Amino acid sequence: MARAAGIGGSFGRERTTLHAWLMLAPAMILLVAFTHYPALATIWHSFFSTPKGARPARFIGAENYAVLADDPVFWLVLKNNLIYALGTVPLSIGIALAMALWVNGRIRGKAAMRMAYFVPTVLPMIAVANLWLFFYTPDYGLIDRMTRLLFGWGPTNWIGSQETALGAMMMVAIWKEAGFFMIFYLAALQAIPPVLHEAAAVEGASRFYTFRRVTLPLLGPTTLFIAVNAVINGFRLVDHIIVMTHGGPDNATALLLTYIYDVGFRYWDTALASALTVVLLLILCLLAAAQFLLMGRRTHYR
Amino acid sequence: MQMTRRMALGGLAASTLIAAPAVRAQAPVELTFNYPVAVGGPITKVIDGYCADFEKENPGIKIKPVYTGSYQDSITKALTAAKGGDAPDVAVLLSTDMFTLIDEGVVVSWDELPGVDKAWTDSFYPGFMENSRTGGKTWGIPFQRSTIVMYYNKDAFKAAGLDPETPPKNWAQQIEYAQKLTVRQGDNVTQWGIQIPSSGFPYWLFQALTTQADVRLMNAEGNRTFYDDPKVAEALNYWRDLVTKYKVHPPGIVEWGTTPRDFFEKKVAMMWTTTGNLTNVRANAKFPFGVAMLPAGKKPGSPTGGGNLYVFKAASATKREAAVKFAKFLTAPERAAQWGIDTGYVAVSPAAWETKKMKDYVAGFPPAAVARDQLPSAVAELSTHENQRVTQALNNALQAVLTGQKETQPALAAAQAEAERILRSYR
Repeated sequence: MARAAGIGGSFGRERTTLHAWLMLAPAMILLVAFTHYPALATIWHSFFSTPKGARPARFIGAENYAVLADDPVFWLVLKNNLIYALGTVPLSIGIALAMALWVNGRIRGKAAMRMAYFVPTVLPMIAVANLWLFFYTPDYGLIDRMTRLLFGWGPTNWIGSQETALGAMMMVAIWKEAGFFMIFYLAALQAIPPVLHEAAAVEGASRFYTFRRVTLPLLGPTTLFIAVNAVINGFRLVDHIIVMTHGGPDNATALLLTYIYDVGFRYWDTALASALTVVLLLILCLLAAAQFLLMGRRTHYR
Repeated sequence: MQMTRRMALGGLAASTLIAAPAVRAQAPVELTFNYPVAVGGPITKVIDGYCADFEKENPGIKIKPVYTGSYQDSITKALTAAKGGDAPDVAVLLSTDMFTLIDEGVVVSWDELPGVDKAWTDSFYPGFMENSRTGGKTWGIPFQRSTIVMYYNKDAFKAAGLDPETPPKNWAQQIEYAQKLTVRQGDNVTQWGIQIPSSGFPYWLFQALTTQADVRLMNAEGNRTFYDDPKVAEALNYWRDLVTKYKVHPPGIVEWGTTPRDFFEKKVAMMWTTTGNLTNVRANAKFPFGVAMLPAGKKPGSPTGGGNLYVFKAASATKREAAVKFAKFLTAPERAAQWGIDTGYVAVSPAAWETKKMKDYVAGFPPAAVARDQLPSAVAELSTHENQRVTQALNNALQAVLTGQKETQPALAAAQAEAERILRSYR
């Protein structure tokens, strides 16, 4: 292509550029219309007041942000979201890796196991939430029956107590995500040339040493990809919270995104919701940048 | 081949373009009717049936029902659509959404519409009109309205040595009965005495307690709340004591959605929930059950609840006229009676209860009349300007107290301060 353009002179180059733009156009139009423009519009709106009936929006500068800084619920949801992300990200990645190593080995019923681990990913989050609502039901729910059988515990109101509600929500997210991440690890594991493991075996390396020095480094790019996704999901995966607790009890399970929904579509304070969205966008941008910079440098691409 | 196909398509397109104005001129008035229920299920069939019957009676009008999910989803959809210039013509939304809809400037009052007279708007139970009128105007027409009642397991009453025909009459009795009905095995409770759901919208059930404690939560203008009134604290302490002091009520937040199931599974002997569950309980309870008015504190009482019919500003003059016809059709005594029988909602006018259909039903199934008999003591559901935000402040306080995170007084004071901050600009 490049050579053809070179021979064809400037006209050819222009045509190539035109082709390139034409090829990019469909994806770009969609991205601009549904991602970039809304993001910019959100930032713009966050500096205005919410229009109400006869009162139009007016410029108020950073007042929305000042309101947020004074809002105890905002700080609470930020804290909740931090705990939620810190809990779900490492755990779901760790479990995904363990499951992938497990079903990558030579075991009976491998296909069925892989299927079983992947099922939660296929289910819609709303269905999952309704399922777990009954798992968590005090007394006759699945979880309570299990804890009674195993530890002899009494009924626990998992999603109705301040202490356990957020943990219960994290469980659902991990359960839902781990199977999805497992698929990536599984694909990456199968792409590792068996020669490397054989070489390690010849050298007399232990299984753990092989895993640490051979398998894990080669999974680096996959881990980076999964980590970025897991962190984004740590802020994005909230459907089950809306279904199961509405952020309650007393905001114990409210996260940034559920709070944005509440402020935007229940209280109709769209300007404040815009400011909240900008905060979320900033956090996500910073996290993604940090991950690429810190982990990217240490990731070994082949 | 390709040419002819293209030409054929073009011709087709052109013909509809040419024909469109003619079709439009003859077209009947089409009303978009948003109704808050998930698509599918028995209720949609009933509503579809009403629309078809109405179209038969009024050949010039077509009704397009749109099923919009839960009440919460429905108000979100209606407001989003209205802001986008695509409002529905008529919608059933919570009666408590009235101030929100007025403030957003998207609805018209029924009094301004052609064919509406005071005789019609006065034909409904006054208890239901409290949430439908403000500033001397009628903004909502009651359609699917409810109150809270107590359902109790008669077998459990017998087993506890209580008379299954006399449910508790007052707060003290309610505790006494609940104590007898709570069954313990060691540290575990196998059957709770009473259950009042506290997930999602605890303020509604709490309002029954405050009404019984003889205090109102808000003023009629919807711009002032009284969350920090000592009597409100008294009501909340009563609820909390059921859990912590008497241990007859499950601890933590009790799910609204699974409460009927707890009742069917005999995990609880008495439950508070909406009359809208009557048909559900009747179908699923495998034991004789009773329905009772809520026990009285200083006085009996319950808030009303449920949905009203609203007409949106965007509707044209002809559509508004059609909307009035449709609302009159839906609330006609015979139909209101049938609707109440089918769903368990309270038929909205005294005339509906005078129909033969309803009288026969009540004669065969007396619990159906409990909600109506409770109406004289019913009050308007908590509703203010910026309703969701103001009620959420109370919800948070209630949940904090019920989960033992905060003391009653400071929690309610904080909720009141939050409500004050929001409502100040509406005075």
